[in-house]
Amino acid sequence: MMSPFLFWIFAILMLVFGAAVIINRNPVASALSLVVSFFGLAALFLSLDAYFIGVIQVLVYAGAIMVLFLFIIMLLDLRAEELRKINWIASAGGIAVALALMFQIFSVVEKFPAAKQSFPPLAKPAPDDVRQIGLLLFNNYTLPFQIIGIVILVATVGVIILSRRETR
Amino acid sequence: MNYVFIGTSLAKIIGLLGFVLGLMNYAVYAERRVSALMQDRLGPNRVGFAGLAQPFADAGKFLLKEQFTPAQVNKFYYFLAPCLAMIPAIITISVVPFGSTLFGVPMVIADINVGILFVFAIASLGVYGIVLAGWSSNSKYPFLGGVRSSSQMISYELSLALAVIPIFMLVGNLRLTNVVQYQIDNGWLIAPFFGDWTNPGKWLLAIPMLISFVVFLIAILAETNRLPFDLPEAEQELAGGYHTEYASMKFGMFFLGEYIAMITGSAIIVTLFFGGWHFPGIPDGSHGWIFGLINIAVFFTKVCALIFLFMWVRWTLPRFRWDQLMRLGWLFFFEIALVNIFIVAIILMFVH
Amino acid sequence: MAITVPRPNLNWRERLYLPAIAAGLAITIKHFTNMIFGRTKVTMEYPEEKWDSNLPDHYRGAPALVRDTDGRVRCVACQLCEFICPPRAIKIVPGEISPTDRFAKVEKFPDAFDIDMIRCIYCGMCEEVCPEQAIYLRKDYAITGFTREDMVHHKDKLLEIGGVMHGVVLKWNQRK
Repeated sequence: MMSPFLFWIFAILMLVFGAAVIINRNPVASALSLVVSFFGLAALFLSLDAYFIGVIQVLVYAGAIMVLFLFIIMLLDLRAEELRKINWIASAGGIAVALALMFQIFSVVEKFPAAKQSFPPLAKPAPDDVRQIGLLLFNNYTLPFQIIGIVILVATVGVIILSRRETR
Repeated sequence: MNYVFIGTSLAKIIGLLGFVLGLMNYAVYAERRVSALMQDRLGPNRVGFAGLAQPFADAGKFLLKEQFTPAQVNKFYYFLAPCLAMIPAIITISVVPFGSTLFGVPMVIADINVGILFVFAIASLGVYGIVLAGWSSNSKYPFLGGVRSSSQMISYELSLALAVIPIFMLVGNLRLTNVVQYQIDNGWLIAPFFGDWTNPGKWLLAIPMLISFVVFLIAILAETNRLPFDLPEAEQELAGGYHTEYASMKFGMFFLGEYIAMITGSAIIVTLFFGGWHFPGIPDGSHGWIFGLINIAVFFTKVCALIFLFMWVRWTLPRFRWDQLMRLGWLFFFEIALVNIFIVAIILMFVH
Repeated sequence: MAITVPRPNLNWRERLYLPAIAAGLAITIKHFTNMIFGRTKVTMEYPEEKWDSNLPDHYRGAPALVRDTDGRVRCVACQLCEFICPPRAIKIVPGEISPTDRFAKVEKFPDAFDIDMIRCIYCGMCEEVCPEQAIYLRKDYAITGFTREDMVHHKDKLLEIGGVMHGVVLKWNQRK
């Protein structure tokens, strides 16, 4: 478990940089803000003793996917993006919708009886979450796991075929 | 949280960091001497006895040079990139057990149960420094270096991760201290010469482990941008690649970051394949602090031997061409590592 | 004109590259160990070890003025070397010899004789052209200085480098 102080630091870090992703005009700055946001999220996972998910978060999202994003963004013309004017009406509308949604969620959650009382402390964490996840994936959920694998394989093959056709 | 834990952790962090930074400086010196000797030259031998004070002279030169910033760069990312190149390499070593115990304190900074995944996660961030350096320099050659680097690192990360899966199938745990303990009980993975060495199953397993080791070593070479995979900086074709536009200590941080990455890469190889701090016949730290120190010395001796191997390879092999590098990574090492996993699974199923 | 370089067809063992890599590694480690044990010696550590005693007689180092065995500065300030010098490194100010001097018959001597060693290309033309055998290229090659002025060799310096030359033709001794 983590002290509330650290929880607030990482939660605020995550939210601030998450907002920076959409506020920044520069796509590279947005991408890097997203990376920092992922780090905050990973730290929150670690605070819940979910080491595996936390590390995979950094490994897959920050380490691989965002690098590919950055790779693409670097090839764009950034000047055009930076010069674009902010559409204030659309932004205000978006913020209003988001606030309305937040209000709705809060009002629904407030009705739950569980929201009134504090959570019971977590049971003593499993000693080895990697092993637990592995056992669960390969014993109980073997078929879904294999299907996901095949779906990803199909997607990969599809991408290769599409990119081939383009170059011809 | 007790104060003993915090105190010992701080001591370990400061000690290890200081040692690794010192080792890094002398790795630069060693690189220059080794390359010179392999080319029938002498190398730097003037500053201090046999040139041993050369790292201090180099550091002084880096720090005192003009902090030159080209006009057209993207300032913030231009200054951020050298830090991002160096930090992940340093953080990685925190999960590597570099000794047994000293006065009852385990010689590893963070013994987490996702050890090797943590290593890969942090190591994969090293690419940001190079990509950002290439992009923010706003210049052709650095940009090409950055583009090459990002595709190269992503490609070889796959082989890197797949190459170690057989080890964890064998050990059954991602914790690096457990990997070392397994090797103490059953012999080093690369060479199971002690314990019950007559067991044919162990010898059979040594073959896929050797394949694993070769793939992992080559992938580490690619990840640390060492020759024959130093395409991101390729002096002859890219005029220095991603750090073309950098001068003084900012260049120095890229340069030293490469060496730290090399040290941490060697440390991980030693932990995974060469038994970590273990050497046959030397007891661990619970038999007295002197053995604890010897264990640490054994570990770093192995690391230095591997660093020498890196240098030896660098001054022997020419650089790959870009398409050759990609074909090698995707069509060769990827497949070998994948097949290797199945071989180990079959051996484990029928022999153990 | 473009030339198509035929790619060699490799057999499977060559295509594996591993034997070639091993052979390369063996070569570099051989060089390494040979250097470690001092079996190869190709580099001379310059300021400590020098090749000076092995310099050939025709070595062309710094040009210098010489005295003969009578102690006379042999230069008669004829300015032929100044004229011939390809980079124009030599500058001579001629002066009269006083009539009371033993060598008054020579008429002229150099008041000032400067060779700019930044310009000098060590070609040896001055030595070649000198009718008096007064200027010679000596074996000094480490000409250094902190300023441009340091690099100009004046008469005193030139005579110091040159020293006394034995066995030159002493034609002025026979006159008058």
